Amino acid sequence: MEVQIVTPDKTIFSGKADLVVVPGSDGQIGILDNHAPLVSSMQKGQVKVRQGNDDQFFDIEGGVVEVLKNQVIVLAS
Amino acid sequence: MANLKEIRTRITSVEGTMQITSAMKMVSASKLKRAQNAIVQMRPFAEKFNEILSNVSSTLESTDHALMQNKEVKKVLLVALVSNRGLCGGFNSAVIKRIKNVIAENPDINYAILPVGKKAIDAFKNSNNISESQHFAEINPTIWDDLNYQKAIPLAESLIGSFVSGEYDQITIVYNSFKNAAVQDLKEEQFLPLLTSNKKAKSASIDYIFEPGREEIVVDLIPNSLKIKLYEAMLDSFASEHGARMTAMHKATDNAIEMKKELTLFYNKARQAAITNEILEIVAGAEALGG
Repeated sequence: MEVQIVTPDKTIFSGKADLVVVPGSDGQIGILDNHAPLVSSMQKGQVKVRQGNDDQFFDIEGGVVEVLKNQVIVLAS
Repeated sequence: MANLKEIRTRITSVEGTMQITSAMKMVSASKLKRAQNAIVQMRPFAEKFNEILSNVSSTLESTDHALMQNKEVKKVLLVALVSNRGLCGGFNSAVIKRIKNVIAENPDINYAILPVGKKAIDAFKNSNNISESQHFAEINPTIWDDLNYQKAIPLAESLIGSFVSGEYDQITIVYNSFKNAAVQDLKEEQFLPLLTSNKKAKSASIDYIFEPGREEIVVDLIPNSLKIKLYEAMLDSFASEHGARMTAMHKATDNAIEMKKELTLFYNKARQAAITNEILEIVAGAEALGG
């Protein structure tokens, strides 16, 4: 699936990933391929992006995430 | 005929000014480029954000959020977004003039001004409209140095705070929006209460899962959307400032070139006249000797 992590200042990540874990307001949310459409607000925490065996972490202050048709868009602030 | 030496000094001084203005133009051009980049970077974020927000809120009936309540407008806060430095044409004076007009036109409304940028602070220093709200104690002009989203947040939060506490019934931002490097559009934008958009989202039919819930997300998103709105206005103003300065400095450089040309012509004429005079004297002297 395609993942984009965008802040108002710049796009900090854009590319394919196998797994994304975001800090949702009610707890961590793991997103895999073909996830159902989802909108969730996020709290302060880390976004984990897994590509193969490679994990990348991004610190965010909160924001919102949208999952639609294998597209994950993380709007971080 | 003016003194040759005098003209020479003037030419040198015009040359000096020209160098300064053209250097300032170049600096502004590169800053403008950066400011435009920031706007371009910001756009996808803002678009996506507003899309999600309208998506989530489109099916929600309630608009009784504290930030959407229209109150009777008695106390209005005008936020003046201007620059810290001058030499940028009518950029600052346009905003300042507009604010003075607005205040003069509506004597029944109690206006307060929040100056953002040194030029507005200077301009409104002697007016008694400056906001004395505690909320803005921390806002200082360095907000324009290395402008980024993090710097817009405290300003947005204090604006929201002053609205929620009832200190102001309406908050309006007055700023220059960026059209192109030479043209700025003066804008007055209502910041609070939040205007509800009637645009229906086209993807509203998609069956989203909402976490934690629709209303919670909206409540969470609204303050953020205000921060984004403010940041957009600030970026716009920032780009406009550099565009305006670039244009102003371009004109100044052109004028200096023109002036230098005239002075050089004048100088050459004066020099020619001096030489002719000298030759005349020599010839006259030689004739007198030769008899």
